[in-house]
Amino acid sequence: MNALAKLALASLRNRRFTVALTIASIAISTALLLGVERLRQEAREGFLRTVSGTDLIVGARSNPVQLLLYAVFRVGEPTNNVSWESYRTFAERPGVAWTIPISLGDSHRGFRVVGTSTAYFEHLRFAGDRRLEFAEGRPFEAIHDAVVGADVAERLRYRIGDRIVVAHGTGRTVLAEHDDQPFTIVGILKRTGTPVDQSVHVSLAALEAIHSNWRFGTRIGEAPSDAELAAMDLTPRSITAFFVGLESKVGVFALQRAVNEYRPEPLSAIMPGVALQQLWRLLGTVERALLVTAACVVLAGLLGMLTAVLATLNERRREMAILRSVGARPAHVFGLLLLEAVLLTALGALAGLLLMNGALAGLSGWLEARFGLYAAAGWPTIAEWRLLGLILAAGLVAGLVPAWLAYRRSVADGLTVRT
Amino acid sequence: MAAPVLGIEGLRFAWPGGPRLLSLDRFVIERDEHVFLFGPSGSGKSTLLNLVAGTLAPDAGSIRIDGEPMSGRPERLRDRLRADRLGVVFQMFNLLPYLSVRDNVLLPCRFSARRRERAVARHGSLARAADHLLDALGLGTDGIARRTAATLSVGQQQRVAAARALVGEPALVIADEPTSALDLDAREAFLRLLFAECRAAGAGLLFVSHDHSLKPLFDRAVALADLGGATDGDAA
Repeated sequence: MNALAKLALASLRNRRFTVALTIASIAISTALLLGVERLRQEAREGFLRTVSGTDLIVGARSNPVQLLLYAVFRVGEPTNNVSWESYRTFAERPGVAWTIPISLGDSHRGFRVVGTSTAYFEHLRFAGDRRLEFAEGRPFEAIHDAVVGADVAERLRYRIGDRIVVAHGTGRTVLAEHDDQPFTIVGILKRTGTPVDQSVHVSLAALEAIHSNWRFGTRIGEAPSDAELAAMDLTPRSITAFFVGLESKVGVFALQRAVNEYRPEPLSAIMPGVALQQLWRLLGTVERALLVTAACVVLAGLLGMLTAVLATLNERRREMAILRSVGARPAHVFGLLLLEAVLLTALGALAGLLLMNGALAGLSGWLEARFGLYAAAGWPTIAEWRLLGLILAAGLVAGLVPAWLAYRRSVADGLTVRT
Repeated sequence: MAAPVLGIEGLRFAWPGGPRLLSLDRFVIERDEHVFLFGPSGSGKSTLLNLVAGTLAPDAGSIRIDGEPMSGRPERLRDRLRADRLGVVFQMFNLLPYLSVRDNVLLPCRFSARRRERAVARHGSLARAADHLLDALGLGTDGIARRTAATLSVGQQQRVAAARALVGEPALVIADEPTSALDLDAREAFLRLLFAECRAAGAGLLFVSHDHSLKPLFDRAVALADLGGATDGDAA
């Protein structure tokens, strides 16, 4: 068998150009498949860890996925609000460590404005135990302070000290702007790869303030002066939802039941991890479609390999007769061609693995900055080993075709090539 | 007394569905004997070579190489016997273009332990065995051993093929019109080298050709027709 390996290698070396092209096509398709798999894993991980450290999210009674969509992803509209009294009731319950109130409804140039408290910057976690960090600046303090996410700052080229105007409503075409009460950017958050990047954060009191001279969607009268604002009670009457952190996880189910059975108003409490899983199941089709597409590209690469090996078969009948004459058995001829196919596949897969890791090493910084994906070069995961094994197996199966053809011809030809 | 290097008795062969092509009652080649077998094309010369080499099995009769039965054995053992005891030279395109000349010569030693051991026993190493034969066949210069086969002239390639057929001292060398691609002067020179090396290796030679002009150089010349070959029209 050692003799066969030498022959196969020498034969491949002799056809360097086609062999290099074949290996390149397998390498590129392998790199694509492994890359899709790696990013898929990262995207899934990242998605499932969009919110972490939060035990419950509470909002008006609705479907868990819908609540997750507006409270976390800021997609869609809440069905109803949560009254301030209800919020305080649960916030002050024994066992509750912290709460983050969220109030949605306004926007800034397509980005959602989130009214919240400074607890947001203190307690919100993502991707395991990562907390929000400031690229520049600090949390909001004064009424008209705003903190923007990384995408907002980047896309609108905002810097600390810029003044922005919040628009009433969230539609594409905004009818009215709170241009009488502009905000000043005091903080820019580092990228998280979560919806936080696309949010403008202000205090709940600020939302009250800018709506103080509004009734039924239109502005009435003059904007209140700072002195007037200071004298006002800016406690909101209601909020959109709130995040709850407990002192002990043990209380999660009890609190969830208490929320769901709360008499004064219909509320829902969801565990973000569970709801994220449900949502990912809906989106999972897309990632599977991507993986299937990449697998088809690998299949095309292997078919190219098959073509390259098959194309040589006719001109190599002579070679097979020579091998038979020096004592090779038909099984040797079979083994030689199978070995060539497997070598091509293995070299292609190996090159693909290196290519993918090289690309990741070069792109990981960009991927993190641009998409918040933490994909780095590294040793293949079990799932990737499995894919590599499948590619090799597919190469082996593809190699059976020319090997079998050459075997049959070699038995029929013997030492004499009949053409 | 040593067995003949080739012994054929009562051989019958026909392609499936075809008329009987070969019918040899008795054909023997002794050790050191150089036999010229001639017949027109289509007379079954190539078929006979495949039968002797064990890549075809006869319908009836027996073929023995160096005393060992080639016919009536499983294909695996026939392949083994061919590797151990036979050297083959084709009409042309004898060499694997992607191997060096030396590796081409040593090919039989990759498939036969017996040939490998004999070459090493006689010359000390495989490389020396190959170089010795190449030298004897006039290819010992210009680093030919390390060149790839594709860079040689046709005449050189045929001599490399002869060296390959002879490496590891097989009992019998079968040659299928190995000189037809050479010009007249080169033909005789090639044959003299082949004879000398067959003798040195103690191998018998079965030389198949339709070129009668070479006949006088051999110990014995046989027409395939006289052996009972070319039996077209003779119903099986």
